Amino acid sequence: MTVTQLGMPKVFHGTGNIAAEESFTSFAGRELKNEQLRANLGFATHTIRDKRAKVVGELPDWELLRTAGSEIKQDVMARLPELLEQFEKNFTERGGKVHWARDADEANQIALDIIREQQAEEVIKIKSMATQETGLNEYLEENGVSAVETDLAEEIVQLGEDKPSHILVPAIHRNRSEIRDIFLKKMPHIDKDISDNPAELAEASRHHLREKFFRNKVAISGANFGVADSGTLSIVESEGNGRMCLTLPDTLISFMGIEKLVPTFQDLEVFLQLLPRSSTGERMNPYTSMWSGVTPGDGPQNLHVILMDNGRTAALADQVGRQALHCIRCSACMNVCPVYERAGGHAYGSVYPGPIGAILSPLLTGVEAEENNSLPYASSLCGACYEACPVKINIPDVLVHLRGKDVDAKHGKGEEGNKRQAPDQMDAIMGGAKAMFSNSTLLSIAERGLPAGGLAAGRDHKISWLPGLIGGWTKYRDIPEPPKQAFRHWWKKNKKNGPKQRAASDRVDVDALIAKNSGLAEELHRRHAGEAQEEREEAQEQAAELKKEQRREPDMVRREEDLLKGQDDSSNGTTGEGTSSQEGND
Amino acid sequence: MRIALFSTCIVDAMYPRVARATVDILERLGHEVVFPPGQTCCSQMHVNSGYFDDAYSIVKNHVDAFSDWDYDVAVAPSASCVVSLGHQQPMIARHAGDEGTAIAAEDVAGRTFELSKLLIDVLGITDAAEQLGSYFPHKVTFHSSCHGMRIMQLGTRQSDLVRTVEGLEFEELPDLDQCCGFGGTFSFKNADTSGAMTADKVKNIESTGAEMCTGGDVSCLMNIGGALSRKGSDVTTLHFAEILASTKDNPLEVSGPVALTTTTGGK
Repeated sequence: MTVTQLGMPKVFHGTGNIAAEESFTSFAGRELKNEQLRANLGFATHTIRDKRAKVVGELPDWELLRTAGSEIKQDVMARLPELLEQFEKNFTERGGKVHWARDADEANQIALDIIREQQAEEVIKIKSMATQETGLNEYLEENGVSAVETDLAEEIVQLGEDKPSHILVPAIHRNRSEIRDIFLKKMPHIDKDISDNPAELAEASRHHLREKFFRNKVAISGANFGVADSGTLSIVESEGNGRMCLTLPDTLISFMGIEKLVPTFQDLEVFLQLLPRSSTGERMNPYTSMWSGVTPGDGPQNLHVILMDNGRTAALADQVGRQALHCIRCSACMNVCPVYERAGGHAYGSVYPGPIGAILSPLLTGVEAEENNSLPYASSLCGACYEACPVKINIPDVLVHLRGKDVDAKHGKGEEGNKRQAPDQMDAIMGGAKAMFSNSTLLSIAERGLPAGGLAAGRDHKISWLPGLIGGWTKYRDIPEPPKQAFRHWWKKNKKNGPKQRAASDRVDVDALIAKNSGLAEELHRRHAGEAQEEREEAQEQAAELKKEQRREPDMVRREEDLLKGQDDSSNGTTGEGTSSQEGND
Repeated sequence: MRIALFSTCIVDAMYPRVARATVDILERLGHEVVFPPGQTCCSQMHVNSGYFDDAYSIVKNHVDAFSDWDYDVAVAPSASCVVSLGHQQPMIARHAGDEGTAIAAEDVAGRTFELSKLLIDVLGITDAAEQLGSYFPHKVTFHSSCHGMRIMQLGTRQSDLVRTVEGLEFEELPDLDQCCGFGGTFSFKNADTSGAMTADKVKNIESTGAEMCTGGDVSCLMNIGGALSRKGSDVTTLHFAEILASTKDNPLEVSGPVALTTTTGGK
């Protein structure tokens, strides 16, 4: 046995709600048939998308901020062990207790032990992706502790015994009459004549929760940021429910993924600008809470943080994939994603949906876990996510990288050492194409067969049916009749290449030409920018009119409109914990 | 100037008229075009499908085909394939442990231009009607393909050139920055999601009232055109090179509901 083999550490993958039980393709296929869901998601994602674009556009240094965010996170990943120890030291010195959890089960167990010490049967919770990831609520329920979600949208999901479908607006798939029905069923003291007016629903939630805030002694949170040099934890939110949970109970347990660190307090300056603009499309979120240890007589006196690996070390070991750990859970990528917009969040299986979920989930679990190998293919690689990402995660590159890992695994070259699978249709298509594309003589012979495609196209000059996997193409589109002659054959017949090599004096100084023409593209753009803008506005209006006519009026759209109104109210400080928007917590 | 044409596999086999239009434009400007005969494909389909090992021999083939010839610049009528040369080929070669091919791939990619970028940034074309004699009396809308827009940062180069064609009526496409749903093998592997994206793109195209939708990548145009055809729409798709190649003396012939054939460049 060699030294390297002896020294190879075992890779610990993540567990919990981060593996898809069904492939994205088949789940999405079902969800896409739900026209109401598609209309709802289309409206909601476009609204948030537009708000984000507006507030991002206001900042002249947005690109610099993105670069700063990306570089800080790169630094964190490069020095993670050192920074974690620094955080532990500072958090401990200020009176908190640090726990380390390898996976979801360990994290849940630690939390349960603390809750039992406090002899609590009910705990209040701030919306948290980390505890969604570990499945904490279900675990506590099984062990006789009820966990009450206090974020409105998360409360709707919990009371409806449902799953979140978005990391920022988890009930994005629910309409307001459904919410009314859920509240009537699950809130014991609710006015039975309540309407589905959002203000009334929010008020009912407020009364329901207020009592929980006053009664409970244990709160559970995630963390948006952990500051290594001060031991500070931070929660960013919109509703004020977080502030209640962080200040009223005596015991506070925070779940934090080990990647959530920033090195210094000053680094928060960058992320507190990036996060709200990217998530809710607001300049600043209504509530930002920070706590550094125990302050006698003020706030929780029994302070815990659970630092959770759950597959993050495995992701960190992946040189291309590790950038997924830079994620600050803003949800900008899913709001701009054309695939998420149509398929919805549930299709991704994991609690992390959308483009970031498509890379993060298989990185945490390993690409071979359950159906998570379908996730890297859930993208057209359009790149809208990378463009929107506040910390510049190159999601398309990581998707392609994970596809490579998936194919390797299928071919018996994966990390888990699984056996080679029997060749499938993709292998056959790729193998055939490889042979032709590696050798122009073979390709040329194959292209001589193009006229046969003309026969297949028949009298209507198009191919409307193909067999097997590629039949997916003809399910929605035709293929035009192939040409009678490939370009290379036309060239050979009608043109002639000059000699391969030329005299040096024939060569042109291309760089000089480019220097001469620099600025030309911008000038051309400016010349047409005015008319383009006018035409664009006109075209958008026309298309919007058309869409309005076509769209059946979904309840959800009205709900989203109300929801967004409510959000404006909350940023004016007129409402507290009762509005239904929520910051990207983790 | 001597310009090496990289036709791309899909243009070579399915849309030879686009390569012929490209040749026509460049020869009209007085340049010599060569077609390195060893060329096939950029390897993007294999890379994006995760078949890195298979992609490697395709990368080597491309690098060999284009290193062998003496030319000033290479051109392809596709932003997506050009992006793949610089962005993916070196990665694939390094994945296979072949640093020499990676460096050669970077060299070839550095000399290969997308057509609109070559025309504007290298050849100084800013007015197609005046400098190329382009004439196309039709109402046209334009789809901006993702890889040109986001990875290559082409800006409005392609549509700006189309706007300067004589007789052409330009219609701006709503939701211009939205993907058409093609995505290579995504189009059949996740056919339902892809089809839903394409359906929305088609609706937007139809809302403009244009006769045709143009763009700079025939893969996207084949996807959009295929969905239009399935819908029984009269709207067709064509590459912007075909529009630029069309002149008053030798206009692009619009023949039939789907196919457009250029009569230029074939003499």
